[in-house]
Amino acid sequence: MILLWFIIILMAGGIVAWIVEKWNADLSRWISFLALAVNFVIAVMIWSQHDFMLAEPNSIWIADYAVNWIPIFGITFHLAMDGLSLLMLMLTFFLGMLSVLTSWKEIQFKIGFFHFNLLWVLAGITGVFLTMDLFLFYFFWEVMLIPMYFLIGIWGHENRRYAAYKFFIFTQASGLLMLLAILGVYFIHGNVTGTYTFDYFQLLNTPFEPDTARWLMLGFLIAFVVKLPVIPFHTWLPDAHSQAPTAGSLILAGLLLKTGAYGLLRFVIPLFPDAAHDISKWAMLFGVIGILYGALLAFSQTDLKRLIAYTSVSHMGFVMLGVFAFNELAVQGVVMQMITHGISTGALFILAGSVYERIHTRDINQMGGYWSKAPFMGFIAIVFVMASLGLPGLGNFVAEFLILVGTWNSSHLLTILATTGLVGATAYSLRIMQRIFYGTEIKSSHPFVDLSLREKAMMVPLVLVIVWLGLFPQPILNTSKIPMMKVVQTQSKSKQESVALDILNNKEDSKGGDHE
Amino acid sequence: MKELLWLIPTLPFTGALLLILLGRKLPRFAVSLIGAGSVGLAALITILVGIDFNSSSENSFQQIVWTWIDVAGLKPQIAFHLDALSLVFIFVITFVGFLIHVYSTEFMQDDEGYARFFTYLNLFVGSMLILVLADNLVLLYFGWEGVGLCSYLLIGFWYLDEKNGYAARKAFIITRIGDTAMAIGLFMLFKAFGTLHIQDILTQAPQTWTVGSEEAVFIAFLLLGGAVGKSAQLPLQTWLPDAMAGPSPVSALIHAATMVTAGVYLISRMHIVFELAPLAQMWVGIIGALTLLLAGFSALTQFDLKRILAYSTISQIGYMFLALGVGAWSAAIFHFMIHAFFKALLFLAAGAIIHLLHHEHDIFKMGGLKNKLPTIYWTFLIGSASLAAIPFITGGFYSKDAILWLSLAGEKGNVGFFLAALIGAFITSVYTFRMVFVTFFGTEKTHVSHSAGSRMTIPLIVLAALSTFAGFIELPHSIAHVELFSNFLHPVLPTITLQEGAESKEWIVQLIAVVVSLGGVYLAYYFYIKKPELPDQLKTSSIAFHNFWFLGWGFDTAYDTLFVKPFVFVATINKQDIIDRLYDELVKLADFLHRVFAWTQSGILRWYMVGIVVGAILIVTLSLLVGS
Amino acid sequence: MNTIPVEAGLMLAGILFVLGTISVLVRRNIIFMLISVEIMLNAAGLAFIVAGSRWVQPDGQVMFIFILTMAAAEVSVGLALILQIYHQLKTLDSDAANKMKG
Repeated sequence: MILLWFIIILMAGGIVAWIVEKWNADLSRWISFLALAVNFVIAVMIWSQHDFMLAEPNSIWIADYAVNWIPIFGITFHLAMDGLSLLMLMLTFFLGMLSVLTSWKEIQFKIGFFHFNLLWVLAGITGVFLTMDLFLFYFFWEVMLIPMYFLIGIWGHENRRYAAYKFFIFTQASGLLMLLAILGVYFIHGNVTGTYTFDYFQLLNTPFEPDTARWLMLGFLIAFVVKLPVIPFHTWLPDAHSQAPTAGSLILAGLLLKTGAYGLLRFVIPLFPDAAHDISKWAMLFGVIGILYGALLAFSQTDLKRLIAYTSVSHMGFVMLGVFAFNELAVQGVVMQMITHGISTGALFILAGSVYERIHTRDINQMGGYWSKAPFMGFIAIVFVMASLGLPGLGNFVAEFLILVGTWNSSHLLTILATTGLVGATAYSLRIMQRIFYGTEIKSSHPFVDLSLREKAMMVPLVLVIVWLGLFPQPILNTSKIPMMKVVQTQSKSKQESVALDILNNKEDSKGGDHE
Repeated sequence: MKELLWLIPTLPFTGALLLILLGRKLPRFAVSLIGAGSVGLAALITILVGIDFNSSSENSFQQIVWTWIDVAGLKPQIAFHLDALSLVFIFVITFVGFLIHVYSTEFMQDDEGYARFFTYLNLFVGSMLILVLADNLVLLYFGWEGVGLCSYLLIGFWYLDEKNGYAARKAFIITRIGDTAMAIGLFMLFKAFGTLHIQDILTQAPQTWTVGSEEAVFIAFLLLGGAVGKSAQLPLQTWLPDAMAGPSPVSALIHAATMVTAGVYLISRMHIVFELAPLAQMWVGIIGALTLLLAGFSALTQFDLKRILAYSTISQIGYMFLALGVGAWSAAIFHFMIHAFFKALLFLAAGAIIHLLHHEHDIFKMGGLKNKLPTIYWTFLIGSASLAAIPFITGGFYSKDAILWLSLAGEKGNVGFFLAALIGAFITSVYTFRMVFVTFFGTEKTHVSHSAGSRMTIPLIVLAALSTFAGFIELPHSIAHVELFSNFLHPVLPTITLQEGAESKEWIVQLIAVVVSLGGVYLAYYFYIKKPELPDQLKTSSIAFHNFWFLGWGFDTAYDTLFVKPFVFVATINKQDIIDRLYDELVKLADFLHRVFAWTQSGILRWYMVGIVVGAILIVTLSLLVGS
Repeated sequence: MNTIPVEAGLMLAGILFVLGTISVLVRRNIIFMLISVEIMLNAAGLAFIVAGSRWVQPDGQVMFIFILTMAAAEVSVGLALILQIYHQLKTLDSDAANKMKG
């Protein structure tokens, strides 16, 4: 039931925030913030009270909620939460609160509608992270799409229309492929077993013909890799990120991309273990290309937000690489990467937003030497630039190191290439510091002031979280351990069933030997 | 007292944290107290821990603070490992680090970034301590990268000049290339042993690998890649001369106590792996030999005081690599320690000179400082003597002599290594005393405004004493039988076996070394005191060579044309992302089709009629044709 | 009773239909176009009648009544539209009424 409340609070909060704008615009900010804060507190409470290391296989689901929705078609309103979902939810609500805070000064018109959209995107994301019904999943997938379109299209920068369309078409087109695949899974499962259902758990062990499985998996895969994004489907991202308002970029980079990664872990691999294994080398290859190509593009950008956007392409390459390496190290690294990238890139976008508020440009050629004016901002920037280049002690290092160590088992060449991506990351990350903070100050008509109290209130928790993740990642890793082991197992189960049988037989043989 | 070990790296970090939080609000006095005090305390604790460690019978001491990561067998902990090797390193780091901190309190007095400076300095010392104390390679990598970060921050400390930022970035990126190799080495090690715990690897390695096994060679080369990057050896040495952009105490810290010696530490820490990979170990020696020569020649032509010292650092680290390459482990560490003392001394003295001469770096615009700055002169002279390995009275002589001797007589040594080291020694004493003579003798060219205060001179005197007397704890066999240092390191690093029958020739090698270093001094004296016009003639007659050496053998230019420019070029032309252009073409296609179909919707009724008629005729004809 | 051959009747209907079509295409005056459409409708009706008498079935005449009714309705709607167009555009030129251009 609590799971339903997560979504209801957000949706209702959004409607209320829209309505109260008539009386007081600030009130709608406060209501949005409050709704997210309540959710965040609940999520953290659940997290702190639950023991994730219990070895019982049933304890993987912390909460489960199911009611019939459209029983004729086998559609249920089924929400369930395991460690992975919970981590993603905490991230969602945390970044959600920050996105309200960062829009406090930036958004000055249609405030109520803005917050309505913001909360509904977050509600959609929450739904995506919780649903265990494919139909409902598709529903929430669309719910998070449309408000995001408005966020970019209405409150964005100069080229917002173009960016919003591009975002919409990419996601919608790929989403339709996923819908087709969902229907395919639904009918095949119905044909085979006689029960027509969209329920995730029942669909999990559907047997597919290898060819069918490949096509159906591609349907899901494309939807998720477009969101992630993986080259060559990444081109919506720099436009959407750079044109969206700060809160929009924050949610896009911090959360929307993660729904793609989440989908890979939750649907693609468990539903189609064999098919996923067949394409794993290619998927990893595209991940590596993404890492290197994203780094190259990030290095050349002059638009600060575009630069940060391309760093996301590069970082998400690691996710793709790790997911398809199919071992616990890499997959756990992927979970860390999802969280730490959300934090660090989110922080960089907030910084970019702060800079934009001050000098009204995103062109890094018109920036420079702000360290003396804004030392606090410089310090924060150092932290997140370092996080982005994977400095040990900050969360991103743990993630990338785990992914790379894990990937080494799958492919040496790809790991080596991906590791050289770290040099690229250094090049583009330091470019941010160099252009904005080094050199003599470039005077503009607007005085450059250091971070305000509100901005500090956003950045300080982010710094603490990224350092905490870097030094004490174990609580997070424990939380996702069992779900991730299941993911890895489903993969290896099908592949190694014969091997396992052999081992069992051998054991029995040896036992028999003992008896004799 | 050993239980206090965790405090040693923690203290500088705490200092840095305090300075981050309060730095801008505190008075300078409090900032120096926190900055220098925390490192001083760490040095004090190091001494206590060291005494305790020496008096106990155990060879190593472990301290686990917490488990960092624990995933599927990868279980790096935040844990410290103390043995003789790490003790030497933490002693040098904290002690020299502390002296540099004290010096900086005066040197940086008028800088607006006072608190920021000490924050970075503390972070630097803390990261280096983590590096040498780490009991697993992931934690070592933590320190390794932390050092890289701090060098970036400190080299670019004076951020108002964009060039400093670029120098800092260069240092970070180049060392990161080495780090990448090292990271891959870690992946391989984890795959091979299922752990990254250093001691476990060292015990398991000889059981898993035979000497020269392919995997061991690969891993050793990859680790060497990391070491080469951090220690500024060929081919990744180009960042170090540019790193002079930072304040002088930073150079002292980078060159003497931290950062560049990390590579030496890594190789000696993983010496078992290198012993199992003779090919890689030989390359350590070759790289060392080449680097010490190349850097030495470059140092001959520099006129920026700090750049001379920078090249001399590269060259001296080359000696350490050479020693590591021939398996003279403790000789390398011994040279590291002595080098730390005299190089810190030289940099601090050079910093003082530059400071007092209004940021004049060019040695040819100095001169005659002998009488003006007597303390600095004498300490600088002692440091230079040690660098040039003036016989018997300097620490540098004993440490370098050991390397010279072992590069010939050691089991893995050969004449080539020996000759390289010998030529290197000659060049070293030439450029060292060139620097001394030009800077301190002759006529005064730039006026000295004031003299250095006690907080600057006392560290100099202490370091001068150390770089002289520290040499006496390890004397060559031909002189006396003192082996305090190598005995101390013996539990960690094996002693080198000599080639048969070499023992008796040691004094000949020493004699040659003495002649060479004194000869170098005389040559410098002849050129720069007796016949000052000679160097210029030489320079004009061989200007091409001079420039080639001056620019560091053209490595920078080569890298620029080979790597940097192509990368930037590709990045620039692809700024708009070629893949996005493909989608643009798709959009254009859709747009074209849209236009075509929109054109048929002319709004003219009769056109539509034509369409209907033509369509009807077509259908009728078709159905007739198909029907019949 | 002398019966007219079916072919002749159908030929006439065909000629009428083609004439109607051509004049719809050539004429620009909407009223003439409407008239031409009426001719085409009647041509179709004639074809029905001929066919009905050929097969001796009432269906042809039934269909003709349908067409008649439809034509009446069409004319009334058509004339109303023409009136509107004339009001708005002050012309009966059909090419001028191309506001629906895509």
